[in-house]
Amino acid sequence: MTRRTTWANRMGTVVAALFLEACRGVQSALAPQGIDAERVAGLFWVMTIGAALILILVMFVTALALFGPESWRRWLSRDGIIVAGGIVFPVTTLTALLGYGFVLTSIGDSRPGGESIKIAVVGERWWWRVIYRDSAGRRIESANELRIPVGRPVEIELTSADVIHSFWAPKLAGKLDMIPGRKNVLTLMAKEAGVSRGQCAEYCGGAHALMAFYVVALPQPEFERWLAHEAEPASAPPTPQALAGMTLFAASGCGACHAIRGTPAAGAIGPDLTHVGGRLSLAAATLPNDEAAFARWIKDNQHIKPGNLMPPYGIFSDSELAAVSNYLASLR
Amino acid sequence: MDADRSPAKLPSETPRPAGEREELQRIWARPSGWRMFTAVNNTDIGLFYMGAAFLFFLLAGVLALLMRTQLARGDNSFIGQNLYNQIFTVHGTTMMFLFAVPAIEALGVILLPQMLAARDLPFPRLSAFAIWAYVIGGLVFFLTIFVDLAPNGGWFMYPPLTLTEFSPGDNADFWLLGIGFIEISAIAGAIEIVVGTLRTRPPGMSLDKMPLFAWAMLIFAAMIVFAFPAVIFGTLLLEIERSFGWPFFTAAKGGDALLWQHLFWFFGHPEVYIIFLPAAALVSMIVPTMARTPLVGYRLNVVALIATGFFSFGLWVHHMFSTGIPALSLGFFSAVSMTIAIPSGIQVFSWIATIAAGRDRFKITTPSLFVFGFLFIFVIGGLTGVMVAVAPFDFQVHDTYFVVAHFHYVLVGGMVFPLFATYYYWAPMVSRNMLSEKRGRWVFWLMFIGFNTAFFPMHITGLMGMPRRVWTYPSGMGWDALNMISTVGAFILAAGVLLFVIDLFLRLRPGEQGPENPWGAGTLEWLATDVYSTRSIPHVASREPLWDQPNLAADVEAGAYYLPNAPTGGRETIVTSPIEGDPQYVIRMIGPGWAHFFAAAFTAAFFLLLTIKLVTPALLCGVLAILSCFVWVWELDRGPGKGPVDIGGGFRLPTYVTGPTSHAWWAMVVLMLVAGSLYITYVFSYLYLWTVNPQVWPPTGSPPPPSVEWAAFSAALLIASVVAFVTADRLLPAPQSMNPWAPALMLIGAACLVGAVVVEIDAHWQTGLRATESSYAAMVYMESVLTGELAFTVAIMTAYGLARYFTGKMDCVRRVTFESTALLTYYTAAQGLFGLLLVNGFPRIIG
Repeated sequence: MTRRTTWANRMGTVVAALFLEACRGVQSALAPQGIDAERVAGLFWVMTIGAALILILVMFVTALALFGPESWRRWLSRDGIIVAGGIVFPVTTLTALLGYGFVLTSIGDSRPGGESIKIAVVGERWWWRVIYRDSAGRRIESANELRIPVGRPVEIELTSADVIHSFWAPKLAGKLDMIPGRKNVLTLMAKEAGVSRGQCAEYCGGAHALMAFYVVALPQPEFERWLAHEAEPASAPPTPQALAGMTLFAASGCGACHAIRGTPAAGAIGPDLTHVGGRLSLAAATLPNDEAAFARWIKDNQHIKPGNLMPPYGIFSDSELAAVSNYLASLR
Repeated sequence: MDADRSPAKLPSETPRPAGEREELQRIWARPSGWRMFTAVNNTDIGLFYMGAAFLFFLLAGVLALLMRTQLARGDNSFIGQNLYNQIFTVHGTTMMFLFAVPAIEALGVILLPQMLAARDLPFPRLSAFAIWAYVIGGLVFFLTIFVDLAPNGGWFMYPPLTLTEFSPGDNADFWLLGIGFIEISAIAGAIEIVVGTLRTRPPGMSLDKMPLFAWAMLIFAAMIVFAFPAVIFGTLLLEIERSFGWPFFTAAKGGDALLWQHLFWFFGHPEVYIIFLPAAALVSMIVPTMARTPLVGYRLNVVALIATGFFSFGLWVHHMFSTGIPALSLGFFSAVSMTIAIPSGIQVFSWIATIAAGRDRFKITTPSLFVFGFLFIFVIGGLTGVMVAVAPFDFQVHDTYFVVAHFHYVLVGGMVFPLFATYYYWAPMVSRNMLSEKRGRWVFWLMFIGFNTAFFPMHITGLMGMPRRVWTYPSGMGWDALNMISTVGAFILAAGVLLFVIDLFLRLRPGEQGPENPWGAGTLEWLATDVYSTRSIPHVASREPLWDQPNLAADVEAGAYYLPNAPTGGRETIVTSPIEGDPQYVIRMIGPGWAHFFAAAFTAAFFLLLTIKLVTPALLCGVLAILSCFVWVWELDRGPGKGPVDIGGGFRLPTYVTGPTSHAWWAMVVLMLVAGSLYITYVFSYLYLWTVNPQVWPPTGSPPPPSVEWAAFSAALLIASVVAFVTADRLLPAPQSMNPWAPALMLIGAACLVGAVVVEIDAHWQTGLRATESSYAAMVYMESVLTGELAFTVAIMTAYGLARYFTGKMDCVRRVTFESTALLTYYTAAQGLFGLLLVNGFPRIIG
């Protein structure tokens, strides 16, 4: 094994540990890991407590109107109570809230952390095409997973290849739509290393429910090493079985839709598979990433994600399927 | 003070002559057997309307239970992806378009004439037409779920998902044509309600004495007039893009997917208040009765209703916060969205003040329980509404289960609970029995507990990251337990509704009135009624006449007030002035008939056959629908033959009026407002697409507009059509004589109008402009579509007018038919002229 793959394996273990730890609430806006999500969570608690107090107040006044002593009820029945409760009170509280909201909207623009990095994400039915650029400006394509450095602003350029999608990683920031013909930019920043999950939040037809992704926030140095690794072409098949899988992959026309850099496969319709084995999930966070899942997906993907563009490959024998799966899983 | 204005002596002498009541009964008799379908009495068709709306509520509720079952646990496979997507689309669409709006219109049809002591609404067959069109269209729409043809693009049908490329098949067309046409039926109802509340109030009921429900229905109808055209226009664009490829929403050709969202939500947000305002006003009528005291802050309440209606048009963008709109817009729409909390606050505190004002303790009945349930749920919905109005928070919860929880709190709390209060409260008006108070409490508690158990956890589910409209989710996200609780709650809620249905079977006996005024209310709908509504039409001097005039009920029943008889020998009611409620004339109305029923059936058939692309049968049905309309309206515009009649109190009123006093003129004006709103949304769309994609506008992206002479020619034809109709108006012959110039000029006018549109289309065609090539071209031709459709209507009305002329039914006195045609001609010409200016002038200005 080369030094590079050892490193990739160790890295995989770290990420898996983070993943397990974060599994509950992995998509919760109330367990923020980014500064934007954290501000909104704070806003949520302020507003919820305020709303609860108002609800209690209104219910208390209603109870007084119903069962209170005569003098209280007389006092409550004046026109003035409508002006006070229906006009003065909401105007005051809402003005304060609006101000708070404005402040929150505007501090998004002035964030610390130095120069931002840019990642392009394209919404497709029903997966995410992710495009990084390294410092040399090289285009590095991946899919269904974002890796970002901690403590640096990340500008995510959002576009769509077909219908409207919405990019939402709740633990990091709010959502922003991906609209055909438009380009939206979402800026977010992770506060700590960790794995979180995101999901398409605009109904995009068919398998909308199965269009999710993972975001892995890594310390800056590790992010850079990961990106450098990601930029490299696919590793050679490490075992004879994987080699057989590679041959089958090429012979079965998989390369018409999928690209594996460093091999003749250069398709652009489906996800780039150059380092697919190193991702946390398959099929846009629908399946775990292991050989069994690859096999299931190749054979049975129309049941797992009905309507997706990939045809089910029933042509493979069990051993062939195992070989292709083994090859793909080896692409770390 | 107000009471001073009621007449010292009662308007009609008592005792009334024998046989008078029997004559009224005969005139207003409800048809039986098969002829039931011909009925037009507001209480009959209104109840039928409500029954249909409630059926759709139950059906959509069953769909909700199916969805809740599927979502009860993660990785469930009870319902597959394809069916689930259809189910949630049909659930939302049915609840909004086939239940909520029709249920409110049904309440208007049932309650308004009773609250206003009118014998019926001014256009009885129009309501019946709207109802049948809705029932037939709605049922067919719903049945598509059983044959895998139901739309699956979500109830807001966002393109490009709903374009042919991503939604082949007829599923989306069922939404666009099926629902688009039901929206038209809602507009018919709205015209009826505007004219009804403004013109058929009882003598003395000035606007400031009108029951709050009537105020709310007036605002409701006005909001429909301004809001529904936006979605009708949107569906028109989307259907045209799907069928003919005009690229309104396709970015590659200069369209924009967000245009649909603007149009949809410009309708969709007011829609929420369209549903909520009348329901809130029902609460404003129930609370005073239970507190035995007039509503505290009546005027503030009216202001609140109007303010809500007004503001609701200014906050549609809050449904689009996450589309990436500029921060300034975010701030503006965020602020307006919060403003809406103020009128709601006014209403809430006005109910609380009224409850406190009662001398005795507030009566706790089933209706009042539902009112309290509404208050609790709606306040929570309002508070979460303020939360989602704050843009950064909305970025997180938009399109999640938090929003699902929020709008169910607003809509179920704000509309369904008041509706159930209404069912219990007003049941004795339409049924021999009241509903069971004992079972009613069970119904309430099951529904209240079930609702909160189902929907409160969804706030948390959404914050924990669960998006809406997902047919499944992985276990282990922390969502399983919450979803299971929601599912259990949904079934408890359903048990409450089921118990209510059982109670309906056991207790509801429609056909005659139950106990008279069982709650001791103060408004006119609690007068004794028969098929003809009240025995005589009272003079109203206050907001709660039954409380302030203790003898009123007995005097009205004895026939001591206005119109205790049928002086023209047919159906009639009093038309009063819009502000003060002074008697103006007696409107002669038509009774049961088949024509409007067939008109509705053929209209529905036209749209539905078009949906499944059976064009020839569809066109045949369209022609039959127009012919049925001719038969239907042939009996209208009856002329002054019956002369003025005595209605009591010294009022001798005409039975035929024309011009701005007539109810037909008012209806025409409201219809023109609808057309005007539709046109404004067109102008907005034209300018919007230009701002988004100026590169497809001339001079760069498309052929330049045709030379000015063509536009001038078209404009000249439009002006000629106006001149022709103005002249024809002067040349209408005296009764029983002829002047062939009048029909000839009408024909020339209609021909000029149609010609103007043809010239405009041809001029653009000659420049090589093709509608499928760019959004600019599509918008240019769309102008002609809108004006052409009106010109076509004028042509049909002219043909009808000619038939009236040659049968001696149109002259310088009997001229309502002519006036309606002329008004529409003037409007169409004005719209056409504006369109020429926009389509031919704007590219030149920017070029």
